[in-house]
Amino acid sequence: MAKGAAMEGLERIVSEHRLFEGLGQEFVKLAAGCAKNVRFNADEYLFHAEDPADWIYLVRHGRVALEMATPGRGAVRFETLGEGEIVGLTWLLPPYRWGYDARAIELTRAIALDAKCLRDKCEADHDLGYALMKRFLPVLVQRLQATRLQSLDVYGPPR
Amino acid sequence: MDRLADFAPVTAPDAMLPRVVRVARRTRDLPDTWTLDLVAADNAPLPRYAPGQFTMLYVFGVGEIPVSISGDASDALRLVQTIRAVGKVSEALTRLAPGDTLGLRGPFGTAWPVADGYGRDVVVVAGGLGLAPLRPALHQLQAERKRFGKLVLLYGTRRPEDILFRRQLASWRRQLDMEIEVTVDHAGTDWRGHVGVVTKLIPRLGVDAENAMALVCGPEVMMRFAASALHDVGLPEPSIHLSLERNMKCAVGLCGHCQFAGSFICKDGAVMRYDKVRQLLGLKEI
Repeated sequence: MAKGAAMEGLERIVSEHRLFEGLGQEFVKLAAGCAKNVRFNADEYLFHAEDPADWIYLVRHGRVALEMATPGRGAVRFETLGEGEIVGLTWLLPPYRWGYDARAIELTRAIALDAKCLRDKCEADHDLGYALMKRFLPVLVQRLQATRLQSLDVYGPPR
Repeated sequence: MDRLADFAPVTAPDAMLPRVVRVARRTRDLPDTWTLDLVAADNAPLPRYAPGQFTMLYVFGVGEIPVSISGDASDALRLVQTIRAVGKVSEALTRLAPGDTLGLRGPFGTAWPVADGYGRDVVVVAGGLGLAPLRPALHQLQAERKRFGKLVLLYGTRRPEDILFRRQLASWRRQLDMEIEVTVDHAGTDWRGHVGVVTKLIPRLGVDAENAMALVCGPEVMMRFAASALHDVGLPEPSIHLSLERNMKCAVGLCGHCQFAGSFICKDGAVMRYDKVRQLLGLKEI
């Protein structure tokens, strides 16, 4: 009974996240079956570069910094993600390994989705897979667009 | 062709004749960026200006360039201008010391339509040095705070050490009546703020978008994406105002250096409405 109530709570939380807003209840239920609540203290890592991309994090509260080690500069933060955003898009494609570190910079609460569980469900139910891809792809495109802007270094000295 | 600007240009009585002003104070904002406080070198009052306008500053024997006014327009005794040293004249300007004199023409150009924001939420989006020409508007917004709804300043820059007017931002933040979000393109691990492009902050604005007004200034690519993102969240295109930059020389629309399709940035801009310039912004020919 308690487990059932917890699942219902997770379903509600998952369905309220910006990524899943408006997704059919049946799909939400499938996704919530791969989900758990997690929390990270400030400075705690969600994952490290080269680790297997086993989890996707839907941030509920707090902020997470994405960092990459750079020779001579140490870790460089290239993006921060907050409430309503997703940490980790690498789970979508092989070889399912993180390319960067993710670190909470304040107390962060999130829904962690088991990436393999979700991939398997998407493989078994292509309708679910298509519905999820339609939600993850715009995030990917927005990040690509933002990365293009960053790479232009528009605030740098005029050339 | 329709003129692009909606705001009547304000020019000095004799727009081509420089008058002599004196540097009263020189403040280093960033390693390559300085703010000069200019005062009259004679008994005549300094020219008044509206937020968003610029002047032409002339270093004797070196040359003249357009420079944004970055101070408080209600201060009749000082003209505050912020300069990044990127060329011969701008470098010479940033080397001027208190007591040195220089030539001043202007003010020129259109102004931020701050009064159009009365009774509305106002969003200010600044990128890099673009915060300088927006600061006079921010001073006015603060001075007339009760006339506006929610005030939001989104500021993006390259790195935490490139944040302009850091003390001013901290002071505005302490007043708690303007939401200020600063983001940088990249940072070390000691930076606890946002990292990412400034446009990423726009979807979370929390303003009455349909009725809000936006003032945007920064590198043109950033402004293009910021204006588009503002429109995407519901701000009408005519409510979005951009400050454009071109190679201005005469500042009175005669020489043609700053021609922008059928207009001249120096007198029909620099502040222009997004709906009037949107289709021109992505054209590499202009």
